[in-house]
Amino acid sequence: MNGRLLDRALLLHLGVIAGLIVLQYWLPAYHHGIVARVLVLASFALGYNILFGYTGLLSLGHALFFGAGVYGAGMVMREFGWPASAALVSGILSAALVSLVVGFLALRTVGVAFMIVTLMFAQTGYLTSLLFNRYTRGDEGFVIPQAARAIGPFDLSDSTTRYFAALLLFAICLLIKLALVRSSTGRVLVSIRENEERSRMLGYNIFRYKLLALVISGAFAGAAGAMYALLFGYVGATFVSIQYSIFPLLWVLLGGAGTVLGPLVGTLLMFYLVDLTSGIAAASLLAVGVVLVILILWFPKGVLGAVRERALPWLP
Amino acid sequence: MAAVTLLSARGLTRDFGGLRAVDQVDFDLPRGQVRAVIGPNGAGKTTFVNLLCGRIPPSEGRIQFEGRDITRQPAHVRVASGIAYTFQITSIFGKLSLYDNVALAAQRRLFNEKSKGRAAGSLLRARTMEALERVNLAELAQQIAGSLSYGHQRLLEIAMGLALGPKLLILDEPTQGLADGEIENFIDLVRGVVREATVLLIEHNMGVVMRLADRITVLNFGKVLAEGSPAEIRADPAVQSAYLGG
Repeated sequence: MNGRLLDRALLLHLGVIAGLIVLQYWLPAYHHGIVARVLVLASFALGYNILFGYTGLLSLGHALFFGAGVYGAGMVMREFGWPASAALVSGILSAALVSLVVGFLALRTVGVAFMIVTLMFAQTGYLTSLLFNRYTRGDEGFVIPQAARAIGPFDLSDSTTRYFAALLLFAICLLIKLALVRSSTGRVLVSIRENEERSRMLGYNIFRYKLLALVISGAFAGAAGAMYALLFGYVGATFVSIQYSIFPLLWVLLGGAGTVLGPLVGTLLMFYLVDLTSGIAAASLLAVGVVLVILILWFPKGVLGAVRERALPWLP
Repeated sequence: MAAVTLLSARGLTRDFGGLRAVDQVDFDLPRGQVRAVIGPNGAGKTTFVNLLCGRIPPSEGRIQFEGRDITRQPAHVRVASGIAYTFQITSIFGKLSLYDNVALAAQRRLFNEKSKGRAAGSLLRARTMEALERVNLAELAQQIAGSLSYGHQRLLEIAMGLALGPKLLILDEPTQGLADGEIENFIDLVRGVVREATVLLIEHNMGVVMRLADRITVLNFGKVLAEGSPAEIRADPAVQSAYLGG
């Protein structure tokens, strides 16, 4: 019945991935590096959006999952000399496990309490990473040597390889997310956001679906964290700090909560806002703040949320 | 012929602080019946059905459904095993399309039947549209549910109940706020449902109760005041003084 509409959405997302492939060949070196970074962090935001935008749960603790990915990859390389590919898997699994445990406890709460509990877990993680300084080198961090940052013949510190590795991660996350939100499971997640009690009285185990959303979201964050460590070679406690819980929320709000592509738009926009304003004004963050306020006033549902409302109602 | 009991409750009690909203209720509902629960405001009708469908736990007493004890089962398990509840205050997914609203119910039933994959996609669509057609809302399938009139929202709520394919459909004041013409359609609708499901109806509109119910249970101050056929209930002096004659 609406098969044609769904194909249109799939084509759009494949088109965005294709566009990003083409972009690699004509971006100047400086922007090349920024976009690679944005793609990894946008994968983080894609996962955050599954929990926040689709399931309606606002977490203030995603730095913990991102950090679990960073450390889950970095530590096994430093301590046990694991190869990069195994470290990537280790990062994803660490974050999934941490999010499972956190979810099991935190999902007993709702609303503001859930925000505070997730925030507390993340802060505990941050302080733990400082406490075990001997292993984590939390405060100053440690560098993953360039020689170790390779998967097979691909040297992840090379800028072209790095771009494609970031893009591959982003593309996988994007397509998994698109499939999820269009599936019947995705429909249940949205129903929890819209009317939890009704959803329960349609026979859905709300706790299990929320936990599922949180673990998927945590695994995305972990994948992004592990990839970030591999591509940019640095592991440190800063990735578990509160900033990394706030960033994905900001990117998702800016790009459009509950839209598949919104997190990419939001992350890109935020990076270039900071980049452009730092060139023209000394108080660059003030300029960023003003732009953010304007955006929230005019586009309270984020950029793509507004586009969906006004022009493209079929946007997933 | 002995009717098979679908649902039964023994000594069902619920306290809210010092208030006993439901007090030692024994209740048996045979399969295939339309049972109405009536009573003055505050008699404990909604609390009673909330205990049956598991939205709130009882303080005392036991509930059996199809011979199994479900007293401790959480609500979502009861729904999955065939007890559907439609809300007194319309509760739909206002920002989703009618199609998605009903599909959420229909896919719950498909999960139960464990039919996955490609076939489930077309089956889901067929079941969803069938439920929408039964309440005459099929043409509005792609519309956003929140934009519907109140009467249509009530019908959508019933379509969600039907799409669950329940063994027991609990309707909590379904005709509240409906126009007369809509009530006629509703009566026809429930008469159609009875072929597949047992119906438990909480209703204030006595015309609807008298025309639909096979049996009526009257609650007053949380207790069963009387139970019988519509004619018996109409003639019962205790009921008249508590409720009808009022």
